[in-house]
Amino acid sequence: MIASLLAAAPIGGKAAVHLAHASAWAVFVVGAVLILVGAFGVILLRNPVHCALMLVTTLFGVAVEFVNQAADFLAAVQIIVYAGAIVILFLFVIMFLGVDRKDTIGREPFRIQRPLAILVGVALFAEIWALSRVQNWTSGKPSVAGPLNPPILGPDNVPVTSHGHTVTAENVQALGQAIYTRYLLPFEMTSALLVIAVIAAVVLARSRERVAGELARSDQAQRRAMGSGDFEEAGAQ
Amino acid sequence: MSVPGAWYLILAAVLFTVGAFGLLVRRNVLIMFMCVELMLNAVNLTFVTFARMLNDIGGQATVFFVLVVAAAEVVVGLGLIVAIFRRRKGASADDVHILKG
Repeated sequence: MIASLLAAAPIGGKAAVHLAHASAWAVFVVGAVLILVGAFGVILLRNPVHCALMLVTTLFGVAVEFVNQAADFLAAVQIIVYAGAIVILFLFVIMFLGVDRKDTIGREPFRIQRPLAILVGVALFAEIWALSRVQNWTSGKPSVAGPLNPPILGPDNVPVTSHGHTVTAENVQALGQAIYTRYLLPFEMTSALLVIAVIAAVVLARSRERVAGELARSDQAQRRAMGSGDFEEAGAQ
Repeated sequence: MSVPGAWYLILAAVLFTVGAFGLLVRRNVLIMFMCVELMLNAVNLTFVTFARMLNDIGGQATVFFVLVVAAAEVVVGLGLIVAIFRRRKGASADDVHILKG
């Protein structure tokens, strides 16, 4: 995206290429710094509210890296869903429970746990790094979902051309076509999953005590309306 | 023209490791949850990187579904946390050991 913006700029060809390269690296470094600062903030800060705000920093950095890799739609969804919904939910629960003052980072039930966690973390990173050095990532099979920028087909299934170049789809169009055709069944299943999750959250977070109190109050109202003698008779039977 | 994919993979590996380390070390259940989100984002970054490297839209579609499942997971998980901490004060994972075998 940045490269296409710079290609339109009125500068020389070779200078434009250098500038696009440098700007891609600059955006990558900015996003990486945001991600790492946020991640270390999440695991090191004591106050859960500060951790949630650092989580926003990391999520924004990931969105920056998405933009740098031409995943525009996912960057927008990352900001809207993660920073706009999930972190707000975290903050709401933190403040609803009032756990933002109490901190338990000093108390260590298992003294061995922290060095062990460092060991496991280093081993995990070494493993992922070693795996990423293996060069045979691809199986050679053709893609089932299509390329990132598929050509736009005209009414007679002929690629549309403009000024001698094939017109290719943008990111949003390509992703939408993939989700609504190839991945239609998973898409429908996620809608069912969201409904189940909403119902589960309502059932889990419902206050049983208050429901019981409301029932008792309605019971009392019923008792008053029926009159005590009738109610006692009904109870005796 | 652009940044090689290996750099993104290394960044995602570091992010995943930091998230896993935080999940092992922290005691607050909410912060452990945030560390799970960090790990999910590391995997999302890997998917988008491979989608670009292999020129395949399937990686980005997978990230879309991961986002949806992560949202559902957060909703259910926070509902569980609210249900647990309505009964007891404090947010340490070590206090919730009734299910311990």
